[in-house]
Amino acid sequence: MSKKLLLEKAHVEGIRTYDVYRREGGYRSVEKALKTMSPDQITEEVKKSGLRGRGGAGFPTGLKWSFLAKPAGVPRYLVCNSDESEPGTFKDRYLMEFIPHLLVEGLIVSSFALGSNRTFIYIRGEYAWIVDILEQAIEEAKANGWLGKNILGSGFDCEIYVQRGAGAYICGEETALIESLEGKRGNPRIKPPFPAVKGVWDSPTVVNNVETIAAVVPIINIGAEEYLKIGVGKSTGTKLISACGNINKPGVYEIDMTISVEEFIYSDEYCGGIPNGKKLKACIPGGSSVPILPTNLLLKTAKGETRYMNYESLSDGGFATGSMMGSGGFIVFDEDQCVVRHTLTLARFYRHESCGQCSPCREGTGWMEKILKNIEYGKGKMSDIDLLWDIQRKIEGNTICPLGDAAAWPVAAAIRHFRDEFEWHVNNPDECQKRNYGLAHYADPRPLAVPA
Amino acid sequence: MVQFPENKIKKVQEIIARYPEGKQKSALIPVLHLAQEEFGWLSSETMDYVASLLKLEPIEVYEVATFYSMYNLKPVGRYMFEVCQTGPCMLRGSDNIIEYIGQKLGIKPGETTADGLFTLKTVECLGACGYAPMMQMGKFYREHLTKEKVDAIIDECRTKASTLN
Ligand code: FES
Repeated sequence: MSKKLLLEKAHVEGIRTYDVYRREGGYRSVEKALKTMSPDQITEEVKKSGLRGRGGAGFPTGLKWSFLAKPAGVPRYLVCNSDESEPGTFKDRYLMEFIPHLLVEGLIVSSFALGSNRTFIYIRGEYAWIVDILEQAIEEAKANGWLGKNILGSGFDCEIYVQRGAGAYICGEETALIESLEGKRGNPRIKPPFPAVKGVWDSPTVVNNVETIAAVVPIINIGAEEYLKIGVGKSTGTKLISACGNINKPGVYEIDMTISVEEFIYSDEYCGGIPNGKKLKACIPGGSSVPILPTNLLLKTAKGETRYMNYESLSDGGFATGSMMGSGGFIVFDEDQCVVRHTLTLARFYRHESCGQCSPCREGTGWMEKILKNIEYGKGKMSDIDLLWDIQRKIEGNTICPLGDAAAWPVAAAIRHFRDEFEWHVNNPDECQKRNYGLAHYADPRPLAVPA
Repeated sequence: MVQFPENKIKKVQEIIARYPEGKQKSALIPVLHLAQEEFGWLSSETMDYVASLLKLEPIEVYEVATFYSMYNLKPVGRYMFEVCQTGPCMLRGSDNIIEYIGQKLGIKPGETTADGLFTLKTVECLGACGYAPMMQMGKFYREHLTKEKVDAIIDECRTKASTLN
């Protein structure tokens, strides 16, 4: 049984309400932080814990905090990124829906550490009912003295507000989120200046993901030292994984990052295997943007070692034979699924979500969708596959924000690992309308890569 | 004339107070939500009204309203079925559900039934991939959709509509 730091209490009856949450030990981290620690000590503790941003990029949180500029007389802001929109990802929703006070608690401690007197939760517009849940929790926290003026006699004032987005994946990118919070289109900004220097309303700003902020609570409660001991290497603490696709038990799981991918998929404690006795074909382990892997590279690395559910192991082999932890959106494909069709839905997604500022992304995502559509519907040419490859290469790295890369990577990985499935579509335009390519050789053991 | 009722005006003031002095433009996205709630969709008159409330140029409102996918820039049915069609939902049969709803209501995605009751819309990942297939209906999600569930939801809407009329 994995150790749980975030969701341990998520199923206690009534945990959404303040009284139960408090009775179960809630808000202790605020007491500890505001009464016994300085803001810098908290930042140090978070640094020491090795916590990495849980939104997708995995940047060390403490380091990010330490970059925050602190010019005198200028307000600073903490903004919580709840714009969870990466296909396959629904972990933040789960946390906010079931244990909202954990986020509020984490936000108070983090706001104190960063000196944010006005903290915003920017939540995707579709999570409309969760806005009510969060506002309720904030109100209760305030009524009990955890928010407002001079919290616990510390001299620190803080308010938390929930701001709804209105349907735009791009607003999960931190500078687009800031633009949106300012009441504008979600067009990412050119960096530098970084938000840590010039963020919302030109003030120094830190943007952190929901799960990242929630993790600050156990870090303060048990101390960085203990937190570090959970997990392995640079993957410290626990990680929420939202598992979906063709598995018996889709849902959100908190793992300590020492379990293998195979265990995660097949054990009853987690995904519970593939339904109807089907075989595993492929998996996108970290949200739609990260590379898809066929079974034979998913369960074992190219070196033939077991692959684990952590940052290092999932990315072992780089993009040639590995993938990424990303946002923790774990998408499983059984043997009946068509990789071309799935890739087409992702290409459509990124075309739809491109903000349109940069031509490679604005035009390229549309071209990729069109070409993939042709291939999927039996109208593709062999040269289209190379054309697709060429387009994705020209998007990657040539845009203001990472959406371009996010759109390019799924297409690149699908061609890299499933090229024969694309070719089969081109060579069998009629048959591919009636049936799928199937498992083919994607689960067969691979010859080991010769060590360099 | 487009005009918020008293309680919504109060809400707008509350929202503006969250931001520093002079930054009321930040209230734009929340206030557009309020407007859509009140009027069902965002006409140019409504957008101009929002602009005047927040002391913005109308263009500042138009450019935002056209950027975000949740704002309806034309009238929609009383019940809008926004079905997710992205990969993870596709793996669990969302294509069939979209087709089924379309057949049942006699409309294609993007269309509204002649009686103005239903609009079918396909949308991209709503963060419910583990509970697929799914759709958003108003404020809430309807998850683990099956044909039977779709039937029941349509009936539920029809009944509700007939008691409202
Ligand atoms: S793919 Fe449909 S909710 Fe995520």
